[in-house]
Amino acid sequence: MPAVATTRDGPDAPGGAGMSARRGRPRGTPLQRRQARTAWLLAVPFLLLFAAFTAGPVFASLFMSFTDMRSTDLRTPLNVELAGLDNYTQLFSDPLFRKVAVNTAIFVVVGVPLTMVLALAAAVGLNGIQRLRGFFRLGYYLPVVTSIVAVAVVWRFLLQPDTGPINQLLGVVGIDGPDWLGSTSLALPSLIVMAAWRNLGTLMVIFLAGLQTVPREMLEAAEVDGAGRWQRFRYVTLPLLRPTLLFGAVITGIGYLQFFEEPYVMTRGGPLNSTRSVSFYIYDHFGFGNYGYAAAASYVLFVAIVVLTALQFRLLRPKT
Amino acid sequence: MTTYTPPPPSVSDDADVLAAEPGRGGDRKPSRWLYVVLAVGVIIMALPFVWMLLSSVKPEAEVRQIPPTWLPETFTLENYRELFDRLRFPTYFFNSTLVAVVVTLGNLVFGSMLGYALAKLDFRGKRVVFGLVLGTLMVPGMVTFVPLFVLVSNMGLTNTFPGLILPYLVGPFGVFLMRQYFLGLPDELIQAARVDGAGELRIFWSVMLPLTGPALATLGILTFLTSWNNFLWPLVVAQTEDMYTLPVALALYSVGQNATQYGLLLAGAVVVVVPVIALFLAVQRYFVQGIAMTGIK
Repeated sequence: MPAVATTRDGPDAPGGAGMSARRGRPRGTPLQRRQARTAWLLAVPFLLLFAAFTAGPVFASLFMSFTDMRSTDLRTPLNVELAGLDNYTQLFSDPLFRKVAVNTAIFVVVGVPLTMVLALAAAVGLNGIQRLRGFFRLGYYLPVVTSIVAVAVVWRFLLQPDTGPINQLLGVVGIDGPDWLGSTSLALPSLIVMAAWRNLGTLMVIFLAGLQTVPREMLEAAEVDGAGRWQRFRYVTLPLLRPTLLFGAVITGIGYLQFFEEPYVMTRGGPLNSTRSVSFYIYDHFGFGNYGYAAAASYVLFVAIVVLTALQFRLLRPKT
Repeated sequence: MTTYTPPPPSVSDDADVLAAEPGRGGDRKPSRWLYVVLAVGVIIMALPFVWMLLSSVKPEAEVRQIPPTWLPETFTLENYRELFDRLRFPTYFFNSTLVAVVVTLGNLVFGSMLGYALAKLDFRGKRVVFGLVLGTLMVPGMVTFVPLFVLVSNMGLTNTFPGLILPYLVGPFGVFLMRQYFLGLPDELIQAARVDGAGELRIFWSVMLPLTGPALATLGILTFLTSWNNFLWPLVVAQTEDMYTLPVALALYSVGQNATQYGLLLAGAVVVVVPVIALFLAVQRYFVQGIAMTGIK
C-alpha cells in the first residue's frame, strides 16, 4: 500500500542532509504528500482538544472580560451584553482589588529573592561536597513534589500559636512565639516562608546544573590571582550564572504571581484580607457569579505576568 | 499552568543520585562545617513531614496537648480508620488516581503524536501550530478557568470524570518536551524504515516512539504529579463528595466542619503526600533529568 520511498531519500542520503534536501525540492512529491497527511493525522486529535479546552478559552476569556456575563446567563446566553471597559474600570476602583494586588506584589517581590537566595545557597553547598550529594539533593527537593494543599494543612498546624511545634521550639530559646497566621502583619510573611520552603528545591536543581557549567580553569585562574572564596563566587561564578538565575527568577515569579492554595487552606485570605491574593479574588468573584468581571481580573493577572517576565529579562539578561 | 522557559544548561546526571558521585568539586576537601550546615537544612526541609507522620498516629487529645509532644505517647490508627470508614477517602483516592492516570496517558499519546509531527515531518502550517501551542505555555490557569467552566457546564459535564479530565488531556508542555526529544533522534532511522516500505504511521509508532522511553517517563511522572496535586479545577468541577479528588477533600475538610480535628486532617495530608513521595523516590532520576531538561516542575 505505501509507495516505496524514493531512492534519493534512501540510505545513501548523507546523514542530517535529509531534511534540507527534502525542503529544497518543490512541494508535492508523493513522499511529501504522505508526510503532510500523516502529520495532520497525528496533529488533529491534539489540536481539537487544544482548541476546545486551551486556545479557545484564552480568547473567550478576553472576550468575556468586555461583557457583563454572570452565572445566571449560563442558560440564557443572549442576555449577555457588551460592557466595554466597565469591568476594568470597576476593577481598578475596587479598594479590595488594590489590596490583593499589593499582597500579590509583596509575595513576589519578597518571595522570589528569598527563594532564590536559599536555593542558591543550597546549590553552592551541594556543589562543594562529594559524598552524600545525591541524598541532600533529594532532601531539599522533596517538598516540591507534594501537594500544596496538604503542605498548607501541615503548616497551618505547625504555626498554631500554642499547640504548634514552631512556637514550642521558639519557647525553648525563650521566645514567646506570636499567633503567626492570626496577625495581619505576620500572616503573609508566614505564607512566603512556607512557599520558599516548598519551592526552593526546583531552583536548587536548576542552579546546581548551572554551577556545574562554570569552568574550573576560570576559578583556578582567579585563585592564582589571589581572589578569595567570596570574590571568586562574586566575580566569576555569579556573572556566569546570570542566565540560569534569570531562568529561575522567571519561573518562580510566574508561579508566585498566581498563589492561591496557601491562603485558601491556611487563612481563608484573612485576617482582614491580609493574605488574599489576586487569584483568590478572581476565584471569589467567580463564586459570586461575576464571570465577565472575573475574566477581566484574570487578564490583568496575565498582563502582570508578561510585564514581570519582561522586566526580569531586562534586569538580569547577560551583559554584552 | 505550566510555563515555557528556555532550557537551562543540561546537568550531567548520574544514574543513581543516591550513590556518591565522583569528584567534581576538585581537590579541595569540603569542610566539615559545610556538611553540618547542609544537614541542618535537610532537617528543616524534612521536619514538617516527620511531624505530620508522627501526629497522624496520635489521639486527638494528644495532638492538641499543651505543650505539644513530638513522639506519640499513645499510638493509634484511629485517624486513618476514620478517614477510610467515615470520610470516604477510598473514593477520593480512586478519583485522584483515575483522573491522574487518564490525564497522563492523554498527554503521553497526544503529546508524542504532535511532537513527532513537529519534529520529523514536513507539512504546511507547522510553524503556526508550534507557535500557537507554545504561546499558551505562559498563560496562567486563571485566564482559561472561567470560560472553561462555562464550556464544561454547557456540555453538561460538571461533576463528571470527563469534566475533570478533558481540560487537562493535552497540554503544550508535553508537545514541547516530546518534540525536543524527537529532534535529537537521527533522521536516518526514518529513511531506512521508508526504504523498507514501512508506512509513515508505522514508522512513528513502531520505530521512533519506542526510542523515546526516557522522555515518556519524564513527561509521564511530571504530568501524573501535576494532576494528582491539581486543586483549583477539581475544586469547582467536583460538586458532590463522590467526585472529590484528594486535595479537594482535604482542603474542604480543613476549612469545613472537620477543621478542628487536627489529627484527622494530618492523617489526610499523609494520604495525599506519601504516595507521591513514594513514587518520587522510586523514579527520582527521571525527575532530575526532566528538570534539567526543561526547568519545569
